[in-house]
Amino acid sequence: MSVLVFAESHDNSFKKPAFEAVYFGKKTAEKLGGQCIAIVLGSADNPAQLGKYGADKVVHINDTALNHFDSQVYCSVIAQAAQNLGCKTVILGHSSDGKSLTGRLAVKLNAACVSGVNAVPEANGAVTVTKSVYSGKATVHYTLNAENKIISIMGNSLSPQVIGTDCEVESISITVPASKIKVINVDKVVGQIPLPEAEKVVSGGRGLKGPENWGLVEELAAVLGATTACSRPVADAHWRPHHEHVGQTGIAIRPNLYIAIGISGAIQHLAGVNNSKVIVVINKDPEAPFFKGADYGVCGDLFEVVPKLTEALKKFKAQH
Amino acid sequence: MKILVCISKTPDTTAKISFNGDGTTFNASGVQFIMNPYDEWYALVRALEIQEQLGGTVTIINVGGVDNDTVIRKGLAIGAENAVRINSEPTSAMFTAFQISEFAKVNSFDLIFTGKETIDFNGAEVGPMIAEYLDLPFISFANDLKINGSSATIGREIEGGTETIEVNLPFVISAAKGLAEQRIPNMRGIMMAKSKPLEVIEAKPFTENLQTKQFELPAAKSAVKMVDPDNMDELVRLLHEEAKAI
Repeated sequence: MSVLVFAESHDNSFKKPAFEAVYFGKKTAEKLGGQCIAIVLGSADNPAQLGKYGADKVVHINDTALNHFDSQVYCSVIAQAAQNLGCKTVILGHSSDGKSLTGRLAVKLNAACVSGVNAVPEANGAVTVTKSVYSGKATVHYTLNAENKIISIMGNSLSPQVIGTDCEVESISITVPASKIKVINVDKVVGQIPLPEAEKVVSGGRGLKGPENWGLVEELAAVLGATTACSRPVADAHWRPHHEHVGQTGIAIRPNLYIAIGISGAIQHLAGVNNSKVIVVINKDPEAPFFKGADYGVCGDLFEVVPKLTEALKKFKAQH
Repeated sequence: MKILVCISKTPDTTAKISFNGDGTTFNASGVQFIMNPYDEWYALVRALEIQEQLGGTVTIINVGGVDNDTVIRKGLAIGAENAVRINSEPTSAMFTAFQISEFAKVNSFDLIFTGKETIDFNGAEVGPMIAEYLDLPFISFANDLKINGSSATIGREIEGGTETIEVNLPFVISAAKGLAEQRIPNMRGIMMAKSKPLEVIEAKPFTENLQTKQFELPAAKSAVKMVDPDNMDELVRLLHEEAKAI
C-alpha cells in the first residue's frame, strides 16, 4: 500500500525536513509494500529532486493559494490527495507545519496517529512505531489499529541518504478551499540553520556573564558550522532572542553534537537537549549537574577553554 | 467572549519515571503532577487577560480521573471562572480531543486555547484535532495575540522566525512561550477556587485505534569522559575519532 509523504517547502525550496520525511516515507513504504509518493503544496523549485531521497513519484499541487501554510487548507488538500491516490498511510515531518497538520489529518481521515516517532515503523502483521517520551526518560511503542495511519517523524532521527534519481512530477486535480487565515508578515532570521534542523549546536548559558561575551559562542559555532542556542536565563535576560532558547519551554532539539558552554544543566534544560547524540559540557563548576548527562566534559574557565577549543578546531579543519 | 482553555496534567520534569509490571502503564505512585506549563503559564493566563480586558468567561476543561481535580483547582485559583472534567482516563490524544470537541460543540466558544504541546509526550496533537472536529482554523505556537472586535492578530513561531497572521473568531490557538507571563495564584484565588463550579461529565463513546504496546526505560548513559581544559586538541580528536561528531 502506497505511502503519501508531505514534503514541505519554504520560500520555494526544500530543506532537510522534507528530505528526511521522504526518506522515512520510502523506508516505511518498503516495510508496508508499496510506493512512496511525495506531495508538494504551493510553488517549489525542482520537486523532482525528492526522487533522490526515495520518492517514486511527486504530486505537485502548484496553486498560489497554497503558498502560505494554513493547517485547515493543507489538511483538506492532503486528505483529498491521499484518497485519490489510494494512500492509507500519510507521513509528515514533526516540524512547525507538520505538528500543526498531523492531528488534523488524523481526525479528517479517521486514522490512528502517532507524532514525533524516532524510527522506521515495524510491520509484522500489526504496524508499530516508537517514540521518545518523558523528556527522553522513556520510549513507548504503539500499535496503530486503523486502516488509515498518520505518522510524523522527529527531526534528526535518521540521516536522509541519496538512494535514487530525480523522479516524475505530476499534477492532480484537487479542490483547494479558501483560507480563513491572512498572513500579514513573515520575519525570518537569515543565514542560520533553524535549530530543530541543525546537526551541530553551540549553546551558551549564564556562565557567559553578559551579551557582550556572546562572540565566544558565535566564533566556535562558525568554525563548526553550527547553529547557536541559549539557555532559558539567557533568553529571559534578553541577551539572546527567545527563538534561540532550547529546553523544556523553548525548543527541543536532537542534533548530532551539542556543546553547552556555561550551562549548569537544570533538568528543564536537559529535557530539551538530552536526545542529542553527543553532548559536550564546558563548565567551571565540577558539581554542575550537566556533567552527569554529558559524553565529554571540560571543567575549566570557559573564557579560556572556548577560545582554545575554537583554535584547536581551526587547526583540525585546516588538516581535514 | 466565551473562552475555553484545555489543560493537561503531566508529571513534573524532575519526576522519576517508571512503569507498572508489564510496562504498559505509567507508575504514578510517588510522582508529583503539575499542570502542563504551556497550558498554565501561557494559554490560561492569556485567556484571563483577554477576559479581563473584554469581559466574558474563561472555562477550563480537562479529561481525566478524580486525581486531576488538584490541577483543575489550581487553574481556578489562577482565575478561571468554572471548570469541566470529563471523567475518563485518556487513552490517546484523539480520545482527549474528541471528548473536548463534543463538549465544545454544544457550548460554542469564541476562542479555544491549548498549550503548544505537553511536556511529557510532546505530541502537539490535541489542538489541531479539536480544530478539525469543530471545523475551525487552527493557529499553532502563538507568542502574541490581540483581539480586535471579531478578528485577531496573532504572532506565531515558525522555523527560524515568526509569522504574523489575521483570522476571524472563532478559532483554536496553541500557546507558546511569550504569549503571557506566568501567574502565581494568591491566597484569595486559592480560597475562591474551592467554591467555584467544577462540573464532572461522563465521556462519550469513542473507538480507540491506538494501542500503547510497551514502555521502556533507556539504557543507562555511559559515564562522562573528562578532558583536560589545557588540551582541547584531545577533545577535538575524541569528537572526530571516537564520537564521529565532526
